[in-house]
Amino acid sequence: MTTSIHLPPHRLSEAARRLRDDVRSFLDGELAAGTFVPRCDAWMSVADPAFSRRLGARGWIGMTLPSAYGGHDRSPLERFVVTEELLAAGAPVAAHWIADRQMAPSILRHGSPSQRERYLPAIARGECYFAIGMSEPDAGSDLASVRTRARQVDGGWEITGTKVWTTGAHFAHAIVVLARTDGSPADRHAGLSQFIVDLPAPGVEIRPIRTIDGEHHFNEVIFDAAVVAEDSLLGERGAGWRQVTAELAHERSGPERYMSTVPLLRVWAEHVRQQGDASAERELGGLTARAWTLRQMSLSVAAALAEERPPEIAAALVKDLGSRFEADVVETVRRLAGIEPRKNGSGLEGLLAEAFLHSPAFTLRGGSNEILRSVVARGLGVR
Amino acid sequence: MNDDLRTEIRAAVTAILDRRGEDRTGRAWKELSEGGFHLIGVPEEAGGSGGGLGELAVVVDVAAFQAVPVPVAETAFLAGWLLARAGLSVPAGMTVASLDEARGHRQDGVLRLSGRLRVPWARHAGHIVTMARCAEENLVAVIPGDAGAELVTAENLAGEPRDLLVLDGVAAAASAAAPPGLDATALLRRGALARSVQLAAAARAVLVSARRHVTEREQFGRPLARFQAVQQHLAALAAQVTAMQVSAQAAVAAVEHEDADAAVAVAAAKATTSAGARQVAAIGHQLHGALGYSSEHHLGAVTTRLWAWREEFGNESHWHDHLATALHDRAWWPLLTGDAR
Repeated sequence: MTTSIHLPPHRLSEAARRLRDDVRSFLDGELAAGTFVPRCDAWMSVADPAFSRRLGARGWIGMTLPSAYGGHDRSPLERFVVTEELLAAGAPVAAHWIADRQMAPSILRHGSPSQRERYLPAIARGECYFAIGMSEPDAGSDLASVRTRARQVDGGWEITGTKVWTTGAHFAHAIVVLARTDGSPADRHAGLSQFIVDLPAPGVEIRPIRTIDGEHHFNEVIFDAAVVAEDSLLGERGAGWRQVTAELAHERSGPERYMSTVPLLRVWAEHVRQQGDASAERELGGLTARAWTLRQMSLSVAAALAEERPPEIAAALVKDLGSRFEADVVETVRRLAGIEPRKNGSGLEGLLAEAFLHSPAFTLRGGSNEILRSVVARGLGVR
Repeated sequence: MNDDLRTEIRAAVTAILDRRGEDRTGRAWKELSEGGFHLIGVPEEAGGSGGGLGELAVVVDVAAFQAVPVPVAETAFLAGWLLARAGLSVPAGMTVASLDEARGHRQDGVLRLSGRLRVPWARHAGHIVTMARCAEENLVAVIPGDAGAELVTAENLAGEPRDLLVLDGVAAAASAAAPPGLDATALLRRGALARSVQLAAAARAVLVSARRHVTEREQFGRPLARFQAVQQHLAALAAQVTAMQVSAQAAVAAVEHEDADAAVAVAAAKATTSAGARQVAAIGHQLHGALGYSSEHHLGAVTTRLWAWREEFGNESHWHDHLATALHDRAWWPLLTGDAR
C-alpha cells in the first residue's frame, strides 16, 4: 500500500543525446526528400513499410533486443529517445509500431527459441508486423471476460472466436491472440493463454471496422475453428493474463500516450509565432508547460521499465494525464487558430481535422481513462 | 546525488517538525537552526551548512509537507543563495531576502538604501538581504532588522508573514558587487523553484490526508473509499500530485546540474505546480467533506498554502508567458528536449 506514487526524475545520458542528433538528421533528410508529411496519430494510423525498413536498417527497431536475435543491445532509454523523435516528427511508423513496442519484448521474454528465431530478427529489420487480438465484442475494458477459445486438437490448437478493434490486422504478418484454453469465463484471469497466428491463415477472416472519419485502421478478426500449430502457444498455457499485463505496461507507458497531437502543436506553435497574438501565446505556453511535465513523467516511467521496477500504476497515471492533454491540444488550436478544419486539407487545416476525428480514441485505447484510474486507485490501496 | 544523506536529512527534519505544542514556529525554527538545517545548500565558506540544492530541496519539501510555518525557503533558498553568490557571509540568526531591488547611494563611504521592499518574514528577521542598484553598480546588501526601517505587516492566504519594509536611507551593514547574471529575473526564478518544491510537497500532503480520510470515514455503512466516484477523484488527485512532484524534482535536478535549459525547467515546473494547485485543493476539500473546512482540521493549513504559493514568484500565467517568449527564438520540440536545434 502506497500513499503516493514514487516516480523519480531521470536524466538522459550523453549517448542518448548523441543518438537524438542522429535521429533528427535522419528525419530532416526524409522530410527534405519528401518521403513523408508529418501527421497526427501516425504511430497508429500511417503505415509505410519502406520507411519502417529504413528505420530497421539504421538499427532503430528492436533496439533493446539482444544482437543474437537481430537486435542492438540498446537501453530502453535510448529506445525512448528514438521513439519520441519519431512521434514528434509525425513519422509514418504504424507498420512496425506494435511489433517493436510490445511483441518484441513479449516474444523475447515468453517465446520459445524457435519463436524468437522466427520473429525477432524480422521485427528488428522492420519487416515483420504484428496485430494484437485482445478486445472482443463482449470484452472491451473487461479483458478477462474473453470468449475466444483455443482447444487442443491433434497436432495443434483450434481457435474459435472474434476479436475487434484489431489495429493493422489487414497488413500484419501475425496476430497474437488472447484465448481461453481452460475453464470458463467465470474463472476470469485463470485459464487464459496467448497464441501467435501467422496471417493470412485459413479459417481467419479479417474485416475492416471503419471509424467515424471513414478510415480503415481497425479490424474485426474472426477465427472459425482455425487450426494452428502446436508451437504457436506463446509462453505458458494458462499464464496469458500475467503475460498480457506485462505487455500492457509497454503498451500504456510510451510517449505516444501524450504525443499523438504534437505534430499539430508544433505547426500551431509556428503559426502563433508568426501571428504574435498574446492570448494564443499564453495558451501555447500553458500547453508547453504541460508537455514538458508529461515528457519528464514519461521519461521517468521509461527509466522505471528499464530498471525492471514495474511501472503499471505510474504508466496508468501518465496515460490518464497524457491522453487528456492530447485532446486539449486539439481543442486549444481549434479555439484560437482562427481556421476551420478541412478533411484531407494541407497544413494546419488538415492536421486539425485529422486530430479532431481521432480524438475520441485518445481516452479509450489501451484502457479507458476510467479503467486507468481504477488501476491507480488500486495502487493507492483504496480498491 | 547522495540518497543516503537525503534520507537522513528527511528523517531528522521530519522528527523536528513532527513535534506539536505551543509556539510551534519558534521551537521548530530554534531546533532547525541549531541543527544547521536552515542553511543547508549554502556553502560552508559563506557561513552555511554545506550540501547541495537536492539536500536543500528535501528540507523545504518536508517543511511544506508538514505545513509548518518556518521560513526555510526564504533563508537558505533565497537569502543564503544571494549572499553566497555575492561572496558575503550569512549573519547569525534569521536572515531573509527581499523580493524587490532597493535604490542605493553612497554617503561618506556608507551605502544607504531606500525603497519599498516586499520581504516575507521581515518581522522575525535579524537581517534582510536585498539586491540594490547604486549608480551603475548591481549590489547585494545586508540590512540589520533593527536598522530603523518602517515595517508594514501583511499575511498571505495561509497567514504567513508577507511584510513590507519601507527604507529611507537605511545604512547597509555589508554589501558586495552582484556577480554577472544575478538580477531580479534570477531571483524570481530561484523563488519560483523553491515554491515549486513547496507546492508539490503540499499537494502530496493533500493526497496523503485524503487517502487516509476516505479509508477511515464511513458513510452509508461503508468506507468512502468503497465508492467508485471517490476512487476516481482520488486517482485524478494522485495523477496531478505526481505531475507536480515530477516537474519540481526535475527542475531541481536541472538547476543542480546547471543544465543549459534550467530556466525552461523552472518555468515549466512553476507553471505546472501553480496550475495543479487548484485541482488538488478542490479534490482535497471535496473528499474531506465539511470536516476539512474546519480550522481544526490540518487540511486548511495545506490548501491555503497551495493557494498562496501558486501566486508567489509568478503564477502559471506569468510562466506560460515566459515559455511563450522563449519560443520566439526556438522551435517547440527542441525547447522541450533541451537541445539547441
